[in-house]
Amino acid sequence: MIAYILRRLLLLLPMAAGMIVVTFGLLLLIPGDPASVLLGPEATPDQIARLRDRLGLNDPWYVQLGLYFGNVAQGDLGMSIFQSQPVLTVIFDRLGATIELAVAALLIATVIGVTLGILAATRQGSWIDTACMLFAQLGVSMPVYWLGILLMLLFAVTLGWLPSIGRGEPIVDALGAALTGRPGVLLDSLAHLLMPAIALGANSAAIISRLVRTAMLEVLREDFVRTAYSKGLRRRRVMLGHVFRNALMPVISIIGLRFGILLGGAVLTEQIFGWPGLGQLTITAISQRDLQLIQGVLLSFGLIFALVNLVVDLAYAAIDPRVRLG
Amino acid sequence: MLKRALSNTSLMVGGTISATILILAIFAPVFATHGVEQMDMANRFAGPSWEHFIGTDNFGRDLWTRMIYGARISLTIALLSVVSAAAIGTVVGLAAGYFGGWIDLLLMRVTDIFLGFPALILALSVVAVMGPGVYNVAIALILVFWTEYARVVRATTLVLREQAYIAAAKTLGASWRRILFREILPNAMGPIIVLATLGLGTAVIAESAMSFLGFGVPPPEPTWGWTLAYGTRFMRDDPWLSIVSGLAIMITVLGFNLLGDGLRDLLDPRQLSRSDRAPRGSAAR
Repeated sequence: MIAYILRRLLLLLPMAAGMIVVTFGLLLLIPGDPASVLLGPEATPDQIARLRDRLGLNDPWYVQLGLYFGNVAQGDLGMSIFQSQPVLTVIFDRLGATIELAVAALLIATVIGVTLGILAATRQGSWIDTACMLFAQLGVSMPVYWLGILLMLLFAVTLGWLPSIGRGEPIVDALGAALTGRPGVLLDSLAHLLMPAIALGANSAAIISRLVRTAMLEVLREDFVRTAYSKGLRRRRVMLGHVFRNALMPVISIIGLRFGILLGGAVLTEQIFGWPGLGQLTITAISQRDLQLIQGVLLSFGLIFALVNLVVDLAYAAIDPRVRLG
Repeated sequence: MLKRALSNTSLMVGGTISATILILAIFAPVFATHGVEQMDMANRFAGPSWEHFIGTDNFGRDLWTRMIYGARISLTIALLSVVSAAAIGTVVGLAAGYFGGWIDLLLMRVTDIFLGFPALILALSVVAVMGPGVYNVAIALILVFWTEYARVVRATTLVLREQAYIAAAKTLGASWRRILFREILPNAMGPIIVLATLGLGTAVIAESAMSFLGFGVPPPEPTWGWTLAYGTRFMRDDPWLSIVSGLAIMITVLGFNLLGDGLRDLLDPRQLSRSDRAPRGSAAR
């Protein structure tokens, strides 16, 4: 197992290097001179020259790439022009909110998705199956930003049950407050979290439910299921103890992969619900064309994504020995 | 084949929806009932009527007309990006799968790197530096989408290159170009077509998302995403604008998804449809 972990960690290095090259390559896509694009049409030639110098744009591209590599390796992602702070600091300030949202969305998606998948598979061909799969089809086809707006319209504008935008205290802090006798703080945090998490998680719930259903139907055909039935086991016992347990493997891996996708998908959700995370930061950076911040955000997302996938694979290998030996 | 196609509900429903939207988009000037920018201030935020099938926006512009012109933009970008991404990904996948060795290693590592970025963020970053517009949005989506085709076509090629008819073609002295494009590609087309159909839905969502965030094709083009975002300003009193444009996106995506699912059942019999997978009796006990 340790050899497997080491091998996978080593494979991460060329991947990260490639990501740095792609992120750096963004600069080359800018039509014209990046410095004058960044500073806008009113910039004086002197300002442009200074920025070119600061960004190292006067060097040939391979020198720039080398410098960028060196800086990133030391954890220096450059300065955000508009926030006047190191890119890394800006990103770390926002990371917690995005992770909180993605974890909440993943929890909701898993609970809904697994429940619907099991319901559909155990009642294959019935109206329950049809209803679950119709939900799944709608969930896959519905744009997250539209769902977010509809939820807001219903629960915040019409019913007034939930706050429409913003974030309460971070959940971890709110939990602490609740333990010290202030449950209101936690309730407020949860109320803020609920709608964005549902909007973000709906698509994953749909995909997970389809996968759980397919995986369970596949296992249902196995001989050991027939054996379990012929032993006289009750249906519920066979379904949960035999079928679901064996159908869980592909489900676990897809749930892990969804986490990375949710982190990226948070861009839209955060923008709609005014959630102060990395996604909102991405939009700000892009609207201001804050180049080093864009590069930093893109690279961070890529690296987090890769790390999450690595953890999922390792978990998978820990559960199923065939993976690490194969 | 035709009989199986006709009895496939996903395929028929999805095909009908997709074809209808495609026809509306192509012949938008014929089906439009008003001018795209034609304002009617007396009829702002009107509900559905004979005059305006699905109502009007905040300037009294006909929403039906604006939606079918919006379909043109969405579908142009979707088709452009999906076809190009499929072409690029297919060539990469064929080369990686057939030649193997360091070519395979190199191409697949590059694919992994692109696959490693969250799709929307990569696309947004590209549009951020290149600027908005139909072609730039399409290029951003191509950069995001090609990886999927590369991986699937490589996997298919790995299986196909071991087949006896490939060995036969080699013995007959066929060049690698001929083997790749005349022998392997036609047999790999099934999965590519399925992926591309499902990809159209994803592309429509992605394009609308970019317009929604204000980084897609800029106004005055009546994109669905921008109309949806713009509609949120009037959400408290007149949510109709956002609801209609969201519905347009969802129905289109639903159409392509159903069509893709149906095509998968039809073209890829190894992956039998969900309803065919298990014998009914075993689950219904």
